[in-house]
Amino acid sequence: MEVEKIKNLHKSFLKDTLKSVFKIEKLKRITGFSGVHFNDAEKKLAEKIENYRKVEREAIKSWRIVELSRDEKRPHTPDYINGIFDDFISFSGDRQGYDDKSIITGLGILDGSTVAVIGHNKGSGIKERIEYNFGSSMPQGYRKAARIMDIAQRFGFCLVTFIDTPGAYPALEAEDSGQAGAIARSIYEMFSLDVPTITVLIGEGGSGGALALAIGNFIMMLENSTYSVISPEGCASILWRDSSAAKLASRALKLTSRDLLKLGVIDKIIYEPMGGAQNNPGRMIKIVKSYLKNIIKKYSNLKDFDFKTHRAQKYESIGITAGSVQQKL
Amino acid sequence: MEKIICKKCGKNISEEDFIGNLKVCVHCGFHDMLSAHERIKITADPGSFTELAKDMHSVDFLKFQDLKPYSERIEEAIQKSGINEAVVAGEAAIKGIMASICVMDFNFMGGSMGSVVGEKIKITADNSIEKNLPLLIFCASGGARMQEGIISLMQMAKTVSCIKRLKQEGLAYFCIITHPTTGGVSASFATVADIIITEPGALFCFAGPRVVEQTIKKEVPADFGLAERNLKNGLVDMIVKRHDMRDVLGKLLFMFTNKNLNP
Ligand SMILES: [Zn+2]
Repeated sequence: MEVEKIKNLHKSFLKDTLKSVFKIEKLKRITGFSGVHFNDAEKKLAEKIENYRKVEREAIKSWRIVELSRDEKRPHTPDYINGIFDDFISFSGDRQGYDDKSIITGLGILDGSTVAVIGHNKGSGIKERIEYNFGSSMPQGYRKAARIMDIAQRFGFCLVTFIDTPGAYPALEAEDSGQAGAIARSIYEMFSLDVPTITVLIGEGGSGGALALAIGNFIMMLENSTYSVISPEGCASILWRDSSAAKLASRALKLTSRDLLKLGVIDKIIYEPMGGAQNNPGRMIKIVKSYLKNIIKKYSNLKDFDFKTHRAQKYESIGITAGSVQQKL
Repeated sequence: MEKIICKKCGKNISEEDFIGNLKVCVHCGFHDMLSAHERIKITADPGSFTELAKDMHSVDFLKFQDLKPYSERIEEAIQKSGINEAVVAGEAAIKGIMASICVMDFNFMGGSMGSVVGEKIKITADNSIEKNLPLLIFCASGGARMQEGIISLMQMAKTVSCIKRLKQEGLAYFCIITHPTTGGVSASFATVADIIITEPGALFCFAGPRVVEQTIKKEVPADFGLAERNLKNGLVDMIVKRHDMRDVLGKLLFMFTNKNLNP
């Protein structure tokens, strides 16, 4: 067995591969053992290695998308808001003692209609990024968002949310002021709205912090954005017990727009300019604007549509449903 | 006789004393984990429990493989826990009052929430709505099940949606936090209950203490996320000892289903 064949293979694959290698070495030593069995064993080993190589190639691709989704030069929520809405006015504070700047809320005009907007804000430049916790929100941020949801509900504004967060902020103050409950309450509020809700995943869709603002009748996802239950790094350190497996985890989690469309979790992929949104932010924003305009127009014309029930049915049918299990049995 | 070593104070307890004391340490009062069926046994009126969707099994939507394939991990969990998934669902009477009930079991893949847990909570909530019953959920979970990726994250939305429908029907929902309850379960159906009860010393938070320490690069206080701190912070309604739980639930169920003043 040439070392060359297993060179650079990720260590989580090595144990299994080496087991097969030793088995073949042992077979070689049995005198008179040759022919078809031996060829079979070697062929199986080659297939195994090729399969691992394939997994690694796919992992490199999904990891590239993870990197793109986090690219600082990608347009962020404030860029989309400025480029899409006329006369945007932003609001502040949870009215309970805090303003979380990692979430922007406000009202703007699109195509003559008032639209309520909520979005994660990662900030630009190191100073802002630190001030905004890199887009990781405190419970107070979700409570601020709930205020604009209530306004959308009462005045009949369509709600648009822009998702771009590594996840809710894991800090002592956040936990002490009820991070878990704030996320759950935000999801609850989004299910309570009679107005249409539209979600655009523009970068990182990190776990509960993303989901809290992402309960949409229509969910669009930028080609190179991600949406995941946990960061690949976090997943690697828990399940692989090895942070170097982050690329493998990024593949296993199926967190890309193409994966999520196949899984039925999103409704549409918005393709990005060649090489990614960071190469042409202006064009990216125009593309998103045109999709938003179309979907809002479509929803405005659906006069008797029950958006609330639509959302409930959509989310309650994700995963296993009693009907499908009965079929299987 | 078998000796049990308390996970908290490290002292020896005879197995007989430990079981007799509902798996609460006789020295320090530590409430050790119970399996779902142990919990049902000490909570429900004898013989009143009927199970719903007992045979529902997980599906490997993502063909997920870390160091082991997900399908293998599920098989191991079934062998280890003796149940098919991380929640046991059904209905039971407590002090004579019928309720729908879900009990999570930490022995099954850390009580993690995948699509079966989500669907069983939906089935139980629907059972409540259909039969006009209050709902009780005993939580014990490390959070969303990573091996089901985004589908497990979506179960947070799914379960919250079901609870919202139940509450709109005017039905009561109590959540009982047991050690530990974190992540996706904390941030979904657990925290939208009418009443949140916790066992003493139970960890109940979104991000666990180690994750927080890694982020803020500081040690967290020893009582981080624990019942007593959560009570002080207004995040739970009350701390109830295991021995008193059945009584308290019986009283609450009576008061919430007592419609005397309703027109
Ligand atoms: Zn003890």
